[in-house]
Amino acid sequence: MDQRTSTESQLTSSPLRLDAASASSPRKSAAEGPSWSKDSGTAQSDANASRQEDVVFDVRDLSVHYGSAPALVDVSMTIRRREITAFIGPSGCGKSTFLRCFNRTNDLIPSAKVTGRIDYHEQDLYAKEVDAVEVRRRIGMVFQKPNPFPKSIYDNLTFGPKVNRMKVDYDEVVETSLRRAALWDEVKGKLQQNAYSLSGGQQQRLCIARALTVDPEVILMDEPCSALDPIATSRIEDLMRELQKDFTIVIVTHNMQQAARVSDRTAFFTAEVESETDDRRFGRLVEVAETSKIFSNPDDKRTEDYVSGRFG
Amino acid sequence: MAVSTPARPREQGTRGFRAPVGETVREKFTQFVLLLGTLVAIAVLAILLIDIALDGVGGLSLDFLTNYTSRFPERTGIREGITGTLSLMVLVALMTFPLGVGAALYLEEFAPRNRWTRLLETNINNLAGVPSIVYGLLGLSVFVFFLGFGRSLITGALTLTALVLPVVIVASREALRAVPREIRDGGLALGATPLQVAARQTLPAAIPSIMTGMILSLSRAIGETAPILVAGAAFSRRADNEPWNLTEGYTAIPIQIFDFVKRPQQEFQVEVASAAIIVLMVLLLIMNSAAIVIRNRYSRNR
Ligand SMILES: Nc1ncnc2c1ncn2[C@@H]1O[C@H](COP(=O)(O)OP(=O)(O)O)[C@@H](O)[C@H]1O
Ligand SMILES: [Mg+2]
Repeated sequence: MDQRTSTESQLTSSPLRLDAASASSPRKSAAEGPSWSKDSGTAQSDANASRQEDVVFDVRDLSVHYGSAPALVDVSMTIRRREITAFIGPSGCGKSTFLRCFNRTNDLIPSAKVTGRIDYHEQDLYAKEVDAVEVRRRIGMVFQKPNPFPKSIYDNLTFGPKVNRMKVDYDEVVETSLRRAALWDEVKGKLQQNAYSLSGGQQQRLCIARALTVDPEVILMDEPCSALDPIATSRIEDLMRELQKDFTIVIVTHNMQQAARVSDRTAFFTAEVESETDDRRFGRLVEVAETSKIFSNPDDKRTEDYVSGRFG
Repeated sequence: MAVSTPARPREQGTRGFRAPVGETVREKFTQFVLLLGTLVAIAVLAILLIDIALDGVGGLSLDFLTNYTSRFPERTGIREGITGTLSLMVLVALMTFPLGVGAALYLEEFAPRNRWTRLLETNINNLAGVPSIVYGLLGLSVFVFFLGFGRSLITGALTLTALVLPVVIVASREALRAVPREIRDGGLALGATPLQVAARQTLPAAIPSIMTGMILSLSRAIGETAPILVAGAAFSRRADNEPWNLTEGYTAIPIQIFDFVKRPQQEFQVEVASAAIIVLMVLLLIMNSAAIVIRNRYSRNR
C-alpha cells in the first residue's frame, strides 16, 4: 500500500476538507466572516471578540431527535480551548447524545436528527460542504468501554495515520502517543502483542493514545472511566490534566467527584419534566459555569440538588 | 441485618440442601435418554462407515486414484472424478468468496434498512433452504440452454455457486455481525471512512468465521450429486482429460459413485462404489478439519 506516498498530505493542514475555495485557510475566512455566518448575530461575536480565539465550539439552540422523540432540546453553550469541560446529569438526559454531536457521530445513527448549530472555530460543523469523516479526525473520541482493535498494540496506533494517509514515521507516532498517554513504559517491550492482553485501564489509555495518533484538537470522552477500577481511574484523570496542556477535552461523567476533580467548567443536564402541564421528557442544559461555582454556588436549584446528592 | 437468627430446627437446616428424590430420578432418566439418542446416532454412523470401509478398502489403490473409468471393475479408477471435483471446488470457491463476502459486507455494513433490503434478505434466507435439485434445474435452463454454456465444467461450477451462495452470504453476515460495534466506532472516530473500517477492521476480524463458513459450504457443494447431474455432468470423461477446460464436459466423484452403483456388475455396485465413497469422505474430512483448525487458531489468538 502506498498511502504514505500519497499526495493527500493537505489533510493534515486543511481543516474540514471543505470545497477548494475555502479549504486553504479556514482561520482567515473565519476572521473575514464567511458568508454563511453573517446572519448569525454579529453583535454576539463582537461582544466575545476578545475571547473568540478561545472558543472551540459554539453551540446554539441545538436539539437532537431520535425519530420523532426529542432526546436533547435547545442547548446553547461554548466549549473553550484547552479547558476540560465536564457534562454531568442523570442517565438518559442526553449527555452522550450531545457529545456525539461534536464529532458528528450522530450522523451514523439513521434515526438521529440534529437541528440548531454547532460552530467549530466559527465554521458550521453541520454545513453541507463539511466532511463528517474529516470532522472525526480533528475531533477524537474515547468511549465508555475500552475498544482497542483486536490487533497488536502497534497496529492499533498506526491505523489512524494509515487511513488518514499521514506522512509520518509510524515508530515515532507510536512512541509519542504512548508516552503522551502515559503508557509507554508499560508496553514498550511488547508492542507486537495483542492489545487485548492489556488490562482494562491500560486498554483505555491505549485508546486515548490511539486518539492522539491522528493529532486531533479536541478529545471527547464518554464516561472513559466507568469500566475501570479506582486506581486506573485516577491514572486517567492525571492523564487528562496532562493532556489539557495541548488539547481541548470534553468529558461525560456520571461521577460528580470526577467532574469536580478534573474539569474547569461543568455543564449540568437534566431530563426532568419541566412543568405540571407539560410532561414530555427530554434532556436540557440546566446550567453551565466554572466547576467550582457549579459545586459550591450554582444558580439553579436543580443543580444544587443534584450536586449535593439530593436527586439523580 | 439482625445477627441473632431465631433458632431453627436442625433437621430442616440439613435437608434444605438435598434435592427431592423424584427430581433426582427424573434428572437421571432424562440424561439417560439423551445419552441413548447420541449413542444410536453414533452407532448408525459407525456401522455405515465400517460397512463402507470393509467393502471399499479392497478396491483402494494408487491405480484406483490415477486410472480412468473402465468397463472392467479391476481396472477402473476415478481420476476424472477427482480432477473434476477439485476443479469444481476451486472454481466455486473463486466465485463464491468475492460474491458472498461482498454481498454480506454490503447488506451488513452499508445497505440502508428499508423495504427493498428487507425483501432481499428474506429471499436470500429462503434460498438457503431450497432443495438442491431445484438449483440443478436452474443450472439446466439458465446456464446450459439460455446462456448456451452447454453441459460443461463452468455450468457445473456456476450451478454449485448458486447453490452455496445464499448459505455463504448468511454465514458471512453472521460473522460480520459478531464483530463488536465498538470496533467500528473506534475506527470511525479516528477519521476512517466506513469503507476503510469495513475493509481494514470489520472484515479482518470476521475472516476466520467467514472462512469456516466458506469451507463447510464448499464441502457441501462437492458432495452434491443431484444438481450437477441435472445440469449435465457426465459419468466419465476419458479421451480428452483436461481437468481445467471450462467449456468441456466433466464428471465428479459423487456422480461417478452414482454411475458405479447403477452398473449391473456386483463388483462395481459394492467394491468400486465403496472405494470411491471412501475417497470422497476423506476429502470432506480434510476440508472439515481445515475449518476446525482455522477456527481454533483464530479463537486462541483473540
Ligand atoms: N441510538 C439511539 N436511538 C434512539 N434513542 C436513543 C439512542 N441513543 C440514545 N437515545 C435516547 O436518547 C436519550 C438520551 O440518551 P443518552 O444520550 O445516551 O443519555 P446519557 O448519556 O445522558 O445517559 C435517552 O432517552 C435514550 O433512550
Ligand atoms: Mg451516556
